[in-house]
Amino acid sequence: MADQELETKIKTEEYFVNMGPQHPAAHGVLRLLLTIDGEIIKNVEPDLGYIHRSIEKMCERDSYQQIVHLTDRMDYLSSNINNEAVCLAVEKALEIEVSDRVKVIRTIISELTRIASHCLWWGVMGMDLGALTTYFYAFRDREYINDIFEETCGARLTMNYNAPGGLMFDIHPNFVKRTKDFIKHFKTKIPEYDRLVTGNVIFQKRTKGVGVLTKEDAISYGVTGPVARGSGLSSDVRKLHPYSAYDRVDFKEALLTAGDTFARYEVRIMELWESISIIEQLIDNIPEGEIKATTKAVIKLPKGEYYQRVEAARGELGVYINSTGTKNPYRVKFRSPGFSNLSVLNHITKGSKIADLVATMASFDFVIPDIDR
Amino acid sequence: MGVEKKRFLNQFEADGLKQVVPEDFPGKVIPGGNGGNFVVTTLDSVINWGRSNSLWPLYFGTSCCAIEMMQTGAPRHDFSRFGFEVARPSARQADLIIIAGTIVNKMGPVLRRLYDQMAEPKYVIAMGACAISGGPFYYNSYSVIKGADHVIPVDVYIPGCPPRPEALLEGMIMLQQKIKTENMSHKVNPIDGFDEGKV
Repeated sequence: MADQELETKIKTEEYFVNMGPQHPAAHGVLRLLLTIDGEIIKNVEPDLGYIHRSIEKMCERDSYQQIVHLTDRMDYLSSNINNEAVCLAVEKALEIEVSDRVKVIRTIISELTRIASHCLWWGVMGMDLGALTTYFYAFRDREYINDIFEETCGARLTMNYNAPGGLMFDIHPNFVKRTKDFIKHFKTKIPEYDRLVTGNVIFQKRTKGVGVLTKEDAISYGVTGPVARGSGLSSDVRKLHPYSAYDRVDFKEALLTAGDTFARYEVRIMELWESISIIEQLIDNIPEGEIKATTKAVIKLPKGEYYQRVEAARGELGVYINSTGTKNPYRVKFRSPGFSNLSVLNHITKGSKIADLVATMASFDFVIPDIDR
Repeated sequence: MGVEKKRFLNQFEADGLKQVVPEDFPGKVIPGGNGGNFVVTTLDSVINWGRSNSLWPLYFGTSCCAIEMMQTGAPRHDFSRFGFEVARPSARQADLIIIAGTIVNKMGPVLRRLYDQMAEPKYVIAMGACAISGGPFYYNSYSVIKGADHVIPVDVYIPGCPPRPEALLEGMIMLQQKIKTENMSHKVNPIDGFDEGKV
């Protein structure tokens, strides 16, 4: 009997499966309502709000210095980049020009944060696809970055190192040496990552051609970050709208056109190399200068609307501040990369298998508090 | 069990090993093992030793603390040295919930359901400021539960935002010490009376 004939004889029916909110592959507490037929996904509907902490509403009651520490907890893997975004928005409104030293240190720390974030993503993606070794390798290297952060500002993860007008305090005397040591160490580790995972046949079979996102869809769904760049959409804010010290460094935007899970994987590995190159260009000549511009103890922004975009580890983070001239903002809105990227998930996973959904989600690298805020 | 216990006790007394308390002893003597006899206390110590050294945590991370929890399982800190390495994705196979992160109003019923699904004995560690009291989200937040102990009973609280891996390890060892003092004859289910506010 031909296969086609057999298929028409089997009666199937669609049913509903609940994935999450407590699910190891959901990277937190994302709940997906899956409509499936056998193993084929018919519809994916994300249900959000399981970690909605009302950060935007809380910002309306806080002063501008206090907002910074809440943004740490949004996308905790790119905490310093979030801090930087708020500080840049406030500085733009106050028309403060921070010193070159602050710009360079911010850039270096942000790139270290990006490396730490991509390290974690690499480990967890391997874990989602059934390879536990990646987790141990990635977290071993991540610990060196945490050491640098700890020495610099006392915190390992939620750093709160930036303040409107500059930095909380100067870098530690060991900072340059330790960062150089880390770069030297990490340069030997990325090829190890490649040997372990990138060239692996099982990994390639599970990721190549899976979850294909076309460039047109990436544009229409507002996808940014490594996900968009895997589809050939140039969206690197560091390149298109340079902030801090990105205009004085030479780096390539990681761009691939395949649009599948493997392309997104490769984009992130390429970004690791680019981040290393950025740090190397800046670490040897950190200029001297003031660590913090003088601001008033109570910051009051002039009446108006202010927007600042930065490139977080997952894509474009936008900070919108609406001020009425008082010491608290009237409204703060964060345009988080994860929220827009999640919206395309249903579109690209329809018709694929459940295991492919897990692989696709791993390549999107969701941080759920970033989506829910 | 009952018959065996009785026979053993008679043997114990026949050997003249009964504890002798002087007549003029001023205080009150509480028998060893919180009222349990020799068999039960010995069994207790064996069972508690086993339980405390093979706690299986649930994969339960809601926010930032989850990263530090993963870091604690990673090579440098490595909580498998203390028997925590078998992290389970299903609540039915786990002994321990490490609440790593904020619990919001929508997540509260889910956390309670996960706790109810776990088999006894079950333990809870509240990791980080959010799980203890709401932490940074204590004031002005309309959606955060101000402490996970409003939802389920908590055994160990670990402060920090997020706590360092060393702090989490310390909390885990404290939980092990707590388990080592348990006894079978006076078993208490922590959820009993919890909803009525008696605990």
